[in-house]
Amino acid sequence: MSDASAAADGDAPDADESDNGSFTLWDQDAVKLTTLVIGLFALYLLGGYLLGYGTRQQLASIGQLSVLIGVFAMLALALNLHWGYTGLFNIGIIGFMAIGIYATAVLSKGAATAEPAAGSTGGFGLPLWMGIIGGVIAAAIFGGLVALPALRLRADYFAIVTVGISEIVRFTLLETEIQKVQIAGYWTGLGGGSGLILDFDPTDRFLEAFGLMDAYIGFSDTLGEQLGVGSNPKPIFDTLLYGLILFVFLIGFYMLLQRTGNSPYGRVLKAIREDEEATKSLGKDTNRFKIKGFMLGCALMGLAGILFYAEQGAITPDAFRPRLTFYVWIALIIGGAGSNTGSVAGGAVFAAFLFRGPIFFKNIVQNTFDSLDAPSTFGQAVSPITGADPIPLVAYTIDNMGQLQLVLMGIVLIYLMHNRPEGMFGHRKEPASPIRLQDRTQPKPAASAAATDGGRDQGGTDDE
Amino acid sequence: MAAGTREAPTMSDTEAGTPDAATEHDAVGDADADEAESRVTGTVPLRVEGLRKEFGGIVAVDGTSFEIEEGTMTGLIGPNGAGKSTTFNCITGVHEPTAGTVQFQGEDITGLAPNKVANRGLVRTFQIARELEEMTVLENMLLAPKGQRGEALWRSVLPFVRGSVIEQETEILEDCWEMLEFFEIDHLAHEYAGNLSGGQRKLLELARALLTEPTMLLLDEPFAGVNPSLEERLLEHIHELREQGYTFLIVEHDMDLIMQNCEHIIVMHQGQVLTEGTPAEVKQNEQVVEAYLGGEVGE
Repeated sequence: MSDASAAADGDAPDADESDNGSFTLWDQDAVKLTTLVIGLFALYLLGGYLLGYGTRQQLASIGQLSVLIGVFAMLALALNLHWGYTGLFNIGIIGFMAIGIYATAVLSKGAATAEPAAGSTGGFGLPLWMGIIGGVIAAAIFGGLVALPALRLRADYFAIVTVGISEIVRFTLLETEIQKVQIAGYWTGLGGGSGLILDFDPTDRFLEAFGLMDAYIGFSDTLGEQLGVGSNPKPIFDTLLYGLILFVFLIGFYMLLQRTGNSPYGRVLKAIREDEEATKSLGKDTNRFKIKGFMLGCALMGLAGILFYAEQGAITPDAFRPRLTFYVWIALIIGGAGSNTGSVAGGAVFAAFLFRGPIFFKNIVQNTFDSLDAPSTFGQAVSPITGADPIPLVAYTIDNMGQLQLVLMGIVLIYLMHNRPEGMFGHRKEPASPIRLQDRTQPKPAASAAATDGGRDQGGTDDE
Repeated sequence: MAAGTREAPTMSDTEAGTPDAATEHDAVGDADADEAESRVTGTVPLRVEGLRKEFGGIVAVDGTSFEIEEGTMTGLIGPNGAGKSTTFNCITGVHEPTAGTVQFQGEDITGLAPNKVANRGLVRTFQIARELEEMTVLENMLLAPKGQRGEALWRSVLPFVRGSVIEQETEILEDCWEMLEFFEIDHLAHEYAGNLSGGQRKLLELARALLTEPTMLLLDEPFAGVNPSLEERLLEHIHELREQGYTFLIVEHDMDLIMQNCEHIIVMHQGQVLTEGTPAEVKQNEQVVEAYLGGEVGE
């Protein structure tokens, strides 16, 4: 079996494509995903062109899009480990993200040895990388604590527990008792309803860690001037660089989860998803597999949460309402549960079309049709319909695109459930094995060639 | 054919990385000798004593006791609600018995978790085949072997150590192909298990169970929903395996099938063992006719 290379770069062994042994570049999932992301960038650049964006705005738009693609793809990947592989219905994603970023914040915020002013707190002043590791570990441990009692429950009850836990986390963050506390001489706390200011900029810390700050500023100034970005180019390049960092993390996520999935371990997870009792009857200690898988997924959700919120400068408990959890679910369903490649694709498509797309579309339309005056109330928008004039309604709809975003997501979800429940990539056979499962290479004994088969009366041999 | 497939179900090489690999190898080497010996001495791998299981107020199994001799094929029969399946579930750890003990190869396995029971070599199949539908037939098979190094997450993920996982996987894959060929379902290897017919599922389940290297197999209605030609094949395989030294306990409704194929029959009725013996003895027993056939047909 010549599969060392395929396994080494973490690519999925596509049994359905490899049968004839011929390989084109397109068969590589990495190529598909890269093409998709480049295509989305191109679309946004085109949209920006229609909007008459300058270079600065174009770059900012691409930077923001990359950050969103990175975050949603990472979250969809982590959820895919829970739902796509193990069949764990986790609808408490945001809770694990919150644990991650709050732990990081407490560990890495500047140390305050004197009691800080009202409405602010300090942290332990650890380097950011230590804070990130701490946050990931905290999310994993929290996941383990949730899993111990919850994994005994049936799938639907498990789902209720997870969403409950994520709300408990949010309400705990709001708690005034732990808003500001003194631990071992350090003043810290969770900030209560006013949240925490994140006095660390992850991009700056990254550059400082490698001693590249001066070079970077020089580089961004020069390049910014050449591209005509205008004064103060650093924030623009910061976003782009952060998007790039997230893509590196995303590749890490993808490779880690491909390895996890395409292994005997991942195979047991899939078996648990299909039938836990049967898996037990084959001698597998399913609880241990489930807890480990759940903790790994929670750790990755925590990391994605850290990466998402660290850049935003501040966090408040209000940001951790369950809404984002369902965004991630939509992303996974679009991409196709059970496939890591599908998860990344789903995350990218969700971020580009459903999360940022509607607002972007609204801007384009309103920019193109300057004369489009949206009525301010629904009544004014609807009444001209009787006079066969739909324009006010269209204008009103577009003007309220931000509010309609959720409606749009719902419609997409219903459409997918009806017409393509397996998503973009969920139809593929992705056998869980570290090696490529081709047909048998060794010659078969002649006896089995003449296999008579009385029970082959059920079609369905063609579900590719 | 027998010579060619003799090795298939014994799976000697898979456990290379586990501590008991050495003993496994020895055992395989002397398999034939051991077999012969055990037949003579008639060791009892499975002993059930005073097994009782209550669900709320209902007593499903009420003091069942029996012994299964090594290398035999025993049929467990009885009318619906006699407690056969519950007995199975108590033996394999799905249910914890209210009272009584289950001994397997001299060790008490009462109330052990199903996976622990399976790991001791007592493996079951289900009444309705529990294949893993959205996994391919080959994946189903690859799942079963014990002692897979790659089942530890860190070994599967970290570089360097993953090499050993891949190496073992290649060996396991070969064993799986051999087993699939033994059961003549290798042409379905890349098919989703959910697309198989009822009979093929039963074959797959038996093949998969054998890959866990059991010493004794508990088959819960292995012939239910299987068409006659496949039933014959399944029977052939079971007989072949029995000759190789596997012990079978089979729950089955088809009286003829049991009478013709099992050398020992246990009849259960209302949670208790009504009688046991050879097919001929059981047929003669009037109580059995009464309980099982409602006293109408004399067979």
